[in-house]
Amino acid sequence: MHNKNSTLVESYSKLYDVRKIREDFPILKIMVHGKPLVYLDNAATTQKPQYVIDKTNNYYEKYNANIHRGVHALSQEATEAFESSRIIIKNFINALGKNEIIFTRGTTESINLVASSYGRKNIKEGDEIIISTMEHHSNIVPWQMLCAEKNAKLRIIPINEEGEIIFEEFEKMINEKTKFVSVVYASNSLGNVNPVKKIISLAHSYNIPVMLDAAQAVNHLKIDVQQLDCDFLAFSGHKLYGPTGIGILYGKVNHLEAMPPYQGGGDMISKVTFEETTYNELPHKFEAGTPDIAGAIGLGAAIEYIEKIGLENIAYHENILLEYATKAVSDLQGLRIIGTAKEKIGVLSFHFENVHPHDVGTFLDFEGVAIRTGHHCTQPLMRRFGVPATSRASFGMYNTIEEVDVLVNGLKKILEVFG
Amino acid sequence: MDQELRELYQQVILDHNKSPRNFRLIDHPTNHAEGYNPLCGDNITVFLNIIDKGIIEDISFQGSGCAISKASASLMTSLLKGKSVEEAEKIFNKFHELVTDKLGDNPDIDELGKLAVFGGVREFPARVKCASLAWHTMISALHNKNEKVVTE
Repeated sequence: MHNKNSTLVESYSKLYDVRKIREDFPILKIMVHGKPLVYLDNAATTQKPQYVIDKTNNYYEKYNANIHRGVHALSQEATEAFESSRIIIKNFINALGKNEIIFTRGTTESINLVASSYGRKNIKEGDEIIISTMEHHSNIVPWQMLCAEKNAKLRIIPINEEGEIIFEEFEKMINEKTKFVSVVYASNSLGNVNPVKKIISLAHSYNIPVMLDAAQAVNHLKIDVQQLDCDFLAFSGHKLYGPTGIGILYGKVNHLEAMPPYQGGGDMISKVTFEETTYNELPHKFEAGTPDIAGAIGLGAAIEYIEKIGLENIAYHENILLEYATKAVSDLQGLRIIGTAKEKIGVLSFHFENVHPHDVGTFLDFEGVAIRTGHHCTQPLMRRFGVPATSRASFGMYNTIEEVDVLVNGLKKILEVFG
Repeated sequence: MDQELRELYQQVILDHNKSPRNFRLIDHPTNHAEGYNPLCGDNITVFLNIIDKGIIEDISFQGSGCAISKASASLMTSLLKGKSVEEAEKIFNKFHELVTDKLGDNPDIDELGKLAVFGGVREFPARVKCASLAWHTMISALHNKNEKVVTE
C-alpha cells in the first residue's frame, strides 16, 4: 500500500471507531459466496442499524395504530411518534417549521409532487425549466412530462470533463423565460457536489425558485435549508440508514401554502361534502391516505443514530475512504475514473477500457463485494462521458480501509482474467 | 476462480469477448435490427444478408456489451452463417431454453455445439438477458420488425 495512505489510516482510526459502528449493523456479519460481505453500494441504499430496526419493529409490536384519527391510546402514541419524527427531521435540516416537512415515499415522489402541484399551477407555454446533465432520471422525467403537457422547454446545464457544472453556461441559460430550476446537490453517479449556493443565489436574483435533489448529499453534508435558501429539497430515508418507502419533501411555507394538493383522500381534508372539500392545513394537505408510519418513525430513529455518530465524523471518514480508494485504483491498467471534481461525496465511479461493468460486478460479487454496475439511472450522463455504464463503489459510515483493499484486489484479479 | 464463476466465464467466452467474430457492419443488409438492454445500457445491432432461398448468407453485429453478451453475439453469428431462416429460429428456441433453464439439468446440447458454454448463465438470473440480447435482436431482424428490441 502507499506510504502516504497508511499515515492517513493511522491518523483517522484514533478519531473514529469504525469497528464499534459495524457492530450496530447486523447485516454486516453475513457471508456472500463464502466471503464476508463488503457492502460498497451505499449510494443505492444504505444498511440499517439495529436501533432503526428496533424502533420500526417496536411500533408494530407495541403501538401499531393509525394516526391523526383515533382517540384511543395506541393511536395517540402512534401519532405522537410519527409527529416527533417530523420534528427530528425539521431540526436535522433546520427548516423554519414542521409544517414545511412533508412525508413522501421518497425523493422521486417528492420531485413528482413539486412538478405536479407547483409545476402545473405555475408553468405556462413557452416557459423554461433548467436542470443539469448529471440528473438522476427522477429529476429529469417529471420535468419532461410537465414540459410536454405545458409546451414548455427543458434546458440542460452542461458539465465539463471532471463532471462539474459549467456555471457560466448556467448564467447564459437563465433568462426571463426561466420559471424553475431543479438540480442535484451531489451526483449519485459521479459523487460530485454541485455549487448549489451559487445556483440558488443567481436564480433568486431572477426570482426563480430552486429545488434540490439531496438524496445523495443528505448522509454526507450538513444541510441547512435556511442557509441554503432553497425553495424545495427532497431526500429519501433509505439512503440515510433508514427504511425504504419513506422520504421527505421540504418546501418553503409560502410555496406550499399556495400550491394545490398533490393527491386527494383521507387526512388531507378538513371538511368534505359531495359539493366541495376544504383542504387540511400544512403539512397534512400533501399527505393523503395512511402514510408509512413505521417508515417515518424509522427515519426519525436513523437521524438520531446519525447525530449520535456525528454527520461531520461520517463525512470525514467517507472522505478518507474515497481518497484512499481513488489512489489505489488509479494504478490499475485501463481504468478511468468518471467524476473527478474537487468536492465529492463518497462515490467512486470507474470504467475499464476492456472489461464491461457487468463482468466487474459479477466477479466482485464472488469476492463478497457488492457494488453497483450500470447506468445508475443517469443515462444522459453516461452518454456525456461516452460510456454505456460504469462500476460504482460508494462508501458508508461502516466501511473500512480493509474493505477497500478487498475491492482493489478483486479488481486486480479481474484484470488477470480479462487482461 | 470460483467453480460457478468459471462455469459462467469459460475460456471460449473470454476468447470471443476479446476477439469477437463478425464484429463489423454489413453495408446493405437485407435485414437488421437494434437491441437494447435498459438494465446496463447495452446496445447491439445485428445485420443479416438473406438470399432468395431463405439462407443467411452473411450475419454480423456491432455495439457494446459485457463479455457474456459480446461472446453470445459472436458465437451466434459464427453458428448461423449459412443456415436457413427456419434453422436459425430453431436454434434460437433451443438456446433460449438452455439459458432460461427449461432444458433441465442434463440438456441435450448436441444441436447447440459451442453454444453449450452458455449453460452456466442459468445460475445467474441477472445475466440471462446479457446472453440472449443478440438472439432476440437477430429474431427481430429476421422478421424485419422496425421496433427496437428491449429486454426487461
